[in-house]
Amino acid sequence: MRGVFALLAGSVFGVGLSVSGMTDTAKVQGWLDLFGNWDPTLAFVLGGAILPMLLAWRVAARRQRSALGSFIPAPSDPVIDRKLLIGSGLFGFGWAVAGLCPGPAMAVLSYGGADAWLFFGAMAVSMLGHRIIPQMWTGART
Amino acid sequence: MIPMDWTYGLIGGLMIGAAAAMYLLVNGRIMGASGILGGIVDATGPSWEKGLFIAGLIGAPFVYGLVFGFPHTNLTSDPVLLILGGLTVGLGTRMANGCTSGHGVCGISRFSVRGIIATCAYLGAGFVTMFLGGQLLGVF
Repeated sequence: MRGVFALLAGSVFGVGLSVSGMTDTAKVQGWLDLFGNWDPTLAFVLGGAILPMLLAWRVAARRQRSALGSFIPAPSDPVIDRKLLIGSGLFGFGWAVAGLCPGPAMAVLSYGGADAWLFFGAMAVSMLGHRIIPQMWTGART
Repeated sequence: MIPMDWTYGLIGGLMIGAAAAMYLLVNGRIMGASGILGGIVDATGPSWEKGLFIAGLIGAPFVYGLVFGFPHTNLTSDPVLLILGGLTVGLGTRMANGCTSGHGVCGISRFSVRGIIATCAYLGAGFVTMFLGGQLLGVF
């Protein structure tokens, strides 16, 4: 059952990303082009995505356990460290450079051609290496 | 008159949020794309659950495209930009332990301090990069 609902959630997520325009790099880069020809579409995407989740967190707070029995993940400690800030900074840089973030980078694989696979391959390789590289830069243990 | 793009954005966004809500309330998991993929890629937490989520995420847009037509991607074909972007997105999201879906959608809706600060940081970095690279240098 867990797998069935994971497949379903991934599918709805993927189609939602395609419908919303998140796999269109011109729309993403237009959204980030705040000081130029700004495209507000992504505000509607983010707003639309947050609405159901506001309700979901309220339900989750009352139930504590999910329908399949596992505990609702506890809130993370509000630790603001260099890893969070440097990591998010790097992510924002790469998001602007190619116009894809991790979810859309996977949703686009069936129709983005070899270029999409090249981006995905580079992303996967650096995810593999993420436990080694940050230590050299920040001294922080991952 | 609201532009059609905004309407599609809102509809797609509601689908993204519905998927995240289902993954949370049924599976008891945070729907974060970078964490789900990263857990498989670096073998810190591979599972059937993550694998099937990814299968749906990659496969369903293909089915959608066959029926309704594939969206334009306008993706660059410059290998330098693709590799540079892919490397920094992969490394950055794993360092920060989240991306647009985990920190953004799931974090902001929970009023998570880490999620909100991460979102401000990647948006800020994105705005600056786009200004420098797009407007001043004209690279992308």
